[in-house]
Amino acid sequence: MALLAKAPEGRVAALLAAAMARPVFDWLRAPEIGSAMVRGRAGGTGAPFNLGEVTVTRCALTLESGEVGHAYIQGRRKADAEAAALVDGLMQGPAAEQVRKAVLEPLEAERKDRVSKRAARAAATKVEFFTLMRGED
Amino acid sequence: MYVAVKGGERAIESAHAWLAEERRGDTSISELGIPQIREQLKLSVDRVMAEGSLYDPDLAALAIKQSRGDLIEAIFLIRAYRTTLPRFGASSPVDTGAMSCDRRISATFKDLPGGQILGPTFDYTHRLLDFKLAAEGELPQAPTREATPGNVPHVTEFLNREGLIEEAPHDDTPPPDLTREPLEMPADRALRLQALTRADEGFTLGLAYSTQRGYGRNHAFVGELRIGAVAVEMDIPELGFAIEIGEITLTECETVNQFKGSKTEPPQFTRGYGLVFGQSERKAISMALVDRALRWEELGEDNVGAPAQDTEFVLYHADNIQATGFLEHIKLPHYVDFQSELELVRKLRREAGATETQEAAE
Repeated sequence: MALLAKAPEGRVAALLAAAMARPVFDWLRAPEIGSAMVRGRAGGTGAPFNLGEVTVTRCALTLESGEVGHAYIQGRRKADAEAAALVDGLMQGPAAEQVRKAVLEPLEAERKDRVSKRAARAAATKVEFFTLMRGED
Repeated sequence: MYVAVKGGERAIESAHAWLAEERRGDTSISELGIPQIREQLKLSVDRVMAEGSLYDPDLAALAIKQSRGDLIEAIFLIRAYRTTLPRFGASSPVDTGAMSCDRRISATFKDLPGGQILGPTFDYTHRLLDFKLAAEGELPQAPTREATPGNVPHVTEFLNREGLIEEAPHDDTPPPDLTREPLEMPADRALRLQALTRADEGFTLGLAYSTQRGYGRNHAFVGELRIGAVAVEMDIPELGFAIEIGEITLTECETVNQFKGSKTEPPQFTRGYGLVFGQSERKAISMALVDRALRWEELGEDNVGAPAQDTEFVLYHADNIQATGFLEHIKLPHYVDFQSELELVRKLRREAGATETQEAAE
């Protein structure tokens, strides 16, 4: 579910569409936009405090075969929430393996690539100190 | 006295139509798109999200476009929109120790596990205007190097091992929320931190600077400053467990402050804390300094009467939307108020005149 929430806009739907025909489903809760209050901790480890809100889209649906899919994803992205809930539902049914290969694995690889590209840029800005010879001793 | 209260509609409509035209500017120049603002004016977007107290880069970019770049007006738009959203819940406290750091520096230790990572910083630039940016040019490729996997530990952990720094013990008390209950004194640290993280950057900077210049001095070192992405996790009632719902960029600053000890505390280093949405280190450092100054009471320090030590003064004046709302309302029609003032002054003058005439007559 973390991969689905962090995927770029439209990506989950595109991967799913490439893998299979659009599954038939009924809404349990149509996509709805709201917020979540993000918390931090004083000093990083101490008592929690409210940092501010983040926009969130949520929905829930039932697949024709009966599985219930849920989605809670950051941002105002109704189509992405729908795609995420479909994948969540499909992962509980017979198509799980197919969906893992066609959707989750590519998402994971793409995410790893994005994260490592950023980390590599950060690593290039790491300071390497050296001490100059001072002539004494 | 009766004063005309109608008649402005046509003028207001024309003013708003002209505002829209002025916002667009010269139509022979291409229009600014929301993605352009989001990607290329990122630090403005970050400030609007932090002080608007809502993390949504696209909405912040839209607000900046609508407000013609007036960031406080943009923050106002975001705050107003925020109130229309139903709240689904609260996240688990974010784990900044697990941050994917774009930047991580310490001014207190040169060699530390994880190293000093400068990130995309303005520091060490020459602050000379770069005219290459005025012409469309080729973008140089940022160099890369193999990154060390794993989390970057917090600097304060090292000092903690020697017991030289006050601890921030784990605690799970649900924090108060000033967006739900009005801000009242006395404010505990959780409430102060919430107010400070959404406080005006300029006001917070000014107060923090005042502590450095001696008004409530507390000798801050930047123990650590880090910027990067953290996961946001929330308990989902339908599922019965917590899931990651997304990822946000945060700036965190931990200050290490000299402390000679007091009646209640041993000599040790104390801590100030800043945590802000987006990449905003000026704000995060300022927040940490002001947080530390406001902690004088719990640490048993003297109140020297410095503005940054006065919780009520700081928290009641730090919010730029409250401030600008009250300040700017005085430009709106006050005809009736003023009419009564005018009557009063006329009356006082008449009375004063009458007394003078009477005195002269006597």
